[in-house]
Amino acid sequence: MKLFYFAWVRDKMGRDGEQIQLPDGIHTVGEFIEWFKNRGTAEAEVIGASEMVKMAVNQEYAGPSHPISDDDEVALFPPVTGG
Amino acid sequence: MIRVQREDFDVGQEINRFSNDKHDIGAVCTFLGLVRDLAGDSIKTMTLDYYPGMTEKELSKIEAEARTRWPLTDCAIIHRYGTLEPGDRIVMVATASPHRQAAFQSCEFLMDYLKTRAPFWKKEDTGDGEKWVEARASDDVAADRWTKSVE
Repeated sequence: MKLFYFAWVRDKMGRDGEQIQLPDGIHTVGEFIEWFKNRGTAEAEVIGASEMVKMAVNQEYAGPSHPISDDDEVALFPPVTGG
Repeated sequence: MIRVQREDFDVGQEINRFSNDKHDIGAVCTFLGLVRDLAGDSIKTMTLDYYPGMTEKELSKIEAEARTRWPLTDCAIIHRYGTLEPGDRIVMVATASPHRQAAFQSCEFLMDYLKTRAPFWKKEDTGDGEKWVEARASDDVAADRWTKSVE
């Protein structure tokens, strides 16, 4: 799965993205977040931050029940502040 | 029309493009957003990050939504990314319609939705360090108004 980070999420992760293999049993955005936050310190900080991160699957906003698979492009980023 | 670009744009030129070959436009409304520095000299630069691909998709969806709500002859959203300075242009939204109410309202709608949905992120450099701008609850409130006032 292609994973992208933006804004302060990228700063915290120290990279703008990575290619990962989804572990068995991860089929939704909610399950992904649970797994991701337990993967390391930076990940836990990103998910636990007071400003709630958003997720996109294949460049569309996705909630906890949205399905994900290894073929997807997934992104984690803070609430948007353009305009 | 959606454009995400590093370069500056010419507001007059963009508006003229609207009415060049069309005679059914009665009203053009534009919004121009600039990099501001309220304290006078606190912000040296502002850097805009975005998600290539998704940003354009979200902007297209917002434009399509506006076109279903109002009779728009034309619509333009131009948003810059990269490093800007106070006074620089960040974003322009322009709407054209036979009627002024539709032009006014859709222009405001587009900005409210852009601010809460389009994946852009601002980082301010005050000279003492860089800081990502936090999202404002008031922007969500502004965008939510439109879910209640469907025409």
